[in-house]
Amino acid sequence: MFQRCSGHYVATFAIDEVRVLRKVATEVVGLLTDAFDHADPVVVRLFPEVYPDDAADTAEFRRYTEGDLKTAKIDQAGAILAALPDDAGGEVRLDSEAAEAWLRALNDARLAMGVRLEIRDSTDLGAELDDAVATDPGSSRMFQLSVYAYLGYLQESLLSALID
Amino acid sequence: MAAPQVAPLETPDTDEVPAPDRPWVTIVWDDPVNLMAYVTWVFQKLFGYSRGRAEQLMLDVHHKGKAVVSSGTRERMEHDASQLHAYGLWATVDRA
Repeated sequence: MFQRCSGHYVATFAIDEVRVLRKVATEVVGLLTDAFDHADPVVVRLFPEVYPDDAADTAEFRRYTEGDLKTAKIDQAGAILAALPDDAGGEVRLDSEAAEAWLRALNDARLAMGVRLEIRDSTDLGAELDDAVATDPGSSRMFQLSVYAYLGYLQESLLSALID
Repeated sequence: MAAPQVAPLETPDTDEVPAPDRPWVTIVWDDPVNLMAYVTWVFQKLFGYSRGRAEQLMLDVHHKGKAVVSSGTRERMEHDASQLHAYGLWATVDRA
């Protein structure tokens, strides 16, 4: 999908892919801004307790680092939004800085979805998708699982283009 | 006013004074979502580790559930953990 092309990382997206990526990146920005809630398991995962056995030290660490970390995560989700074509299919062309921001943002989105979908080490995504299709192909879980799988595929493709 | 001439009665608790060289560690924990190639890439990127060393650390995280990825001062480890959090890795800081 992503190909390295004269120092850039290039992929062509269909309109449905553009819409999904826009939706996912917008949701990440939302949960880092208006909807930010330390009790949300997604926030717990994106902002881990740095001292699991010491709430006071963790709070102190957060006081100094959380603002910057939140800004970094909003910016990297913003890098996806900035590079996508407006409501149309088309080419996305990333320089190496934008490509790395995309990798981190895709990872944040996958972490958020992974928490919501209760993905475990033992989760077999293919089997989950088959189950979801058999149960109700129009279900929200089916849609979320497909998006989660797609984001993994996209992240892997961008990473391969970056490393090779 | 002169400084007291007697030594303090209490000596510092040596348990509270960690070894000065590498007393703290950053630990990365296994996670069902992060791609193995991505975790390897992050270790290379953030710590400048060779591909082989980064891959070994990634495999330690994957198979043992966690791995120490860096060691040093507490401030440095908090910096490392914060960077790892920006990349979405599940990192904590602990005494060595």
